[in-house]
Amino acid sequence: MATPVRNTPLVTPERLGVLLLLIVAYGVIPVIGTGYLFDAILTPFLALSLAAVGLNILTGYAGQVSLGSAAFLAVGAFAAFNFNLRVPGLPFVVSIVLAGLTAAAIGIVFGLPSLRLRGFYLAVSTLAAQFFVQWALTKFSWFSNDNPSGVIDAPPLTLAGFAFTGPIGRYLFSLTIVVVITFAVTRLIRSQTGRNFVAVRDHETAARVIGVPVLGTKLVAFGISSFIIGVAGVLWAFAYLRTVETGGFNIDRSFQILFIIIIGGLASLRGAFLGAAFIVVFPLILSRTGAALFGGVFDSGVLEMSQRIGIGALIILFLILEPRGLSALVDRVWDWVRPRRAAALGGATPRSFFIRKLQPKGRT
Amino acid sequence: MSYLKHLKSAVIASAIAVGFALPAAADEQYFPLQSYRVGPYAAGGTGFFGGFIDYLNLINIRDGGVNGVKLTWSEGETQYEVEKGVEVYERLKNNPGVAAWNPLSVGIAYAMIDRITQDKVPLITVNHGRTDSTDGRVFPYVFPLLLNPYSETSGIVNYIAGKLGGQDKLKGKKIVVLYHGSPYGKETIPIYKLLADKYGFEVQQIEVPHPGNEQQSQWLEIRRAKPDYVVLRGWGVMNPVALKTAQKVGYPVDHIVGNVWSNSEEDVIPAGDAAKGYVAITTQASGEQYPVVQEIVKTVYGAGKGNLEDKKRIGSVYHNLGIVNGILNVEAIRIAQGKFGHRTLTGDEVRWGFEHLQLDAKRVEELGAKGLFHSINVTWKNHEGDGYVTFQQWDGAKWNVVSDWIAPDWALLRPIIEKSAAAYAAEKGIKPRTSEEAPVTTN
Repeated sequence: MATPVRNTPLVTPERLGVLLLLIVAYGVIPVIGTGYLFDAILTPFLALSLAAVGLNILTGYAGQVSLGSAAFLAVGAFAAFNFNLRVPGLPFVVSIVLAGLTAAAIGIVFGLPSLRLRGFYLAVSTLAAQFFVQWALTKFSWFSNDNPSGVIDAPPLTLAGFAFTGPIGRYLFSLTIVVVITFAVTRLIRSQTGRNFVAVRDHETAARVIGVPVLGTKLVAFGISSFIIGVAGVLWAFAYLRTVETGGFNIDRSFQILFIIIIGGLASLRGAFLGAAFIVVFPLILSRTGAALFGGVFDSGVLEMSQRIGIGALIILFLILEPRGLSALVDRVWDWVRPRRAAALGGATPRSFFIRKLQPKGRT
Repeated sequence: MSYLKHLKSAVIASAIAVGFALPAAADEQYFPLQSYRVGPYAAGGTGFFGGFIDYLNLINIRDGGVNGVKLTWSEGETQYEVEKGVEVYERLKNNPGVAAWNPLSVGIAYAMIDRITQDKVPLITVNHGRTDSTDGRVFPYVFPLLLNPYSETSGIVNYIAGKLGGQDKLKGKKIVVLYHGSPYGKETIPIYKLLADKYGFEVQQIEVPHPGNEQQSQWLEIRRAKPDYVVLRGWGVMNPVALKTAQKVGYPVDHIVGNVWSNSEEDVIPAGDAAKGYVAITTQASGEQYPVVQEIVKTVYGAGKGNLEDKKRIGSVYHNLGIVNGILNVEAIRIAQGKFGHRTLTGDEVRWGFEHLQLDAKRVEELGAKGLFHSINVTWKNHEGDGYVTFQQWDGAKWNVVSDWIAPDWALLRPIIEKSAAAYAAEKGIKPRTSEEAPVTTN
């Protein structure tokens, strides 16, 4: 743990791994994937991963539990729609940024109670965001351009005049946004602000004593987290569903995102992606294998019910066996597979890399 | 930038794949079913899809398919959730010989409009859906068959007027619409406002959040408002809860009028006594006395291939609606086969069949459905097909028809629908069709 960050060599197994993943994501998957893979698996996976990254900043790093993630997804989606609709000629990327900023502003407002409340009390107060936003978007039809059903069609994704219409286009669009934001977040959590997040999470009083601006830090966490979740909402509505309706941003979705970061691993970016993959892909695999094995015997309702029971049991089992999430599990597997090789590369084992992220020593 | 090249070729490839629907293996026509058998709306889902599958089975067993073309299907569970519906759509759309989509969910249907228009496959939203998709000039692939939400509203208001003694008696009266908090429930908000202005009654529209198993505050509000009638625009568990809560706050049940998704046995039986005397609109009568239902009992359930687990639900409102939906889908295929040949049709050819789906009373009788539903007359312009409605009253054990077949006020509604469709066309840059003779994509 004594190794300072700046001594990390340029090439580490983690960086190689990320590079390899990016090569596969950009170069290999678009060539071999099918429309179903992009439209039904990868695009929702990317949107939920991004939302989980956002919530992980707030809950995993800064320690503020939030049950209002779906509200910020909704704010992002509806804000992007309205900026796109009401400001003619606005590039879509600018709409996305403005949508993120709108979500951030609302996030900061609903983050204000965190100055006084902690733990469960804060979680309950973030529920207010969840209910208020859904209510407001339903109540005032202006948000959905007075569409009678409250369902709006998403405009096509365009970037510098190029329209991302096909499944691959939407996938690459989402992927690029997710990669850019995730990279920015990796920088953020190693900056002073990121250290402050962890300090506030680990011991608020101690953080205050050593001069961390606790109140400001909490609000910054709420703002950044909501910004990212808002952008994820844009992806969810515009790249995946291609329709925007408040019903899809209910409390279930908030819980889903919270489960993603708990299952994936709190305070771990990799965990956000692993958790999202688990939540998106696992039910589909179960549903497909279940249908293939028992499709003739049971109808789809029975299959669906047994899947739910299966997933619930697996989650409980999993949390008992590995409470630090999928991310820690991957670390363990990695340690087991290549302990020596990792040690040879710069003296820092992957495990210690991971712990360093959890408990940064930058401010000592 | 090699991946951009891949991207381009992939986009072109997918465009080609979409443009020319894939040929089916043998002569089979496939129905992808985005069904829901679990969740708060399972009663509607199992009944409707049960009836639909039962009718498809009847055609296969009794007739050997439609002119020798076998009907096939597979199901994907959506739980009435948009996101799951989209996943199932992506999963099933590449099966060969897709005839039509029947998601039975307004939210899922909305999410599919762009997708099916691109794929050139019809989307059927029987008795529900997006009202302005009635305008076939703007929505060539979407069919809110039999009864769109505006026609339903018009039918209900006319029924209430009849109860009061004429449309002029509506003036000064007060109607509360209690609607389901979903795209489906909200669809009729503008038309109630418009009819209230036209006839001079006061309307108050109150939302019940999905799924609607708690309505105390809404019914207290209704009690304060003292309306002459309450229209229940519910769905699933919301309906029995509404009837029970109405009884609790003392609102008379015979002044509650149910809409077309609040009219089933599953809505009233759980409410027990509270539902006795409740009236609801319907496009298809309940009961198993109709020849086509009898044949399903004999041929399909006799062969052990019936889809409903609970045989008592045969001939229930949702089951019969599924059967009627089956008739409409199968007849559209039959009509399209008359033009394009007795083979597996492309989605676009089936669309042509739906646009010529004209079943008069005589044809309905030949199909064994006399009295089950009235008639349908779909054209390339009118994708609803002027369905007739009737009203039924629950006597505690079964539904009794209490009105004739009534025609909604189509002439009044059409300009509103065309205006809304024109706005959609302008927003999406769609050029409305000016004649039926659009080229049909064949194999």
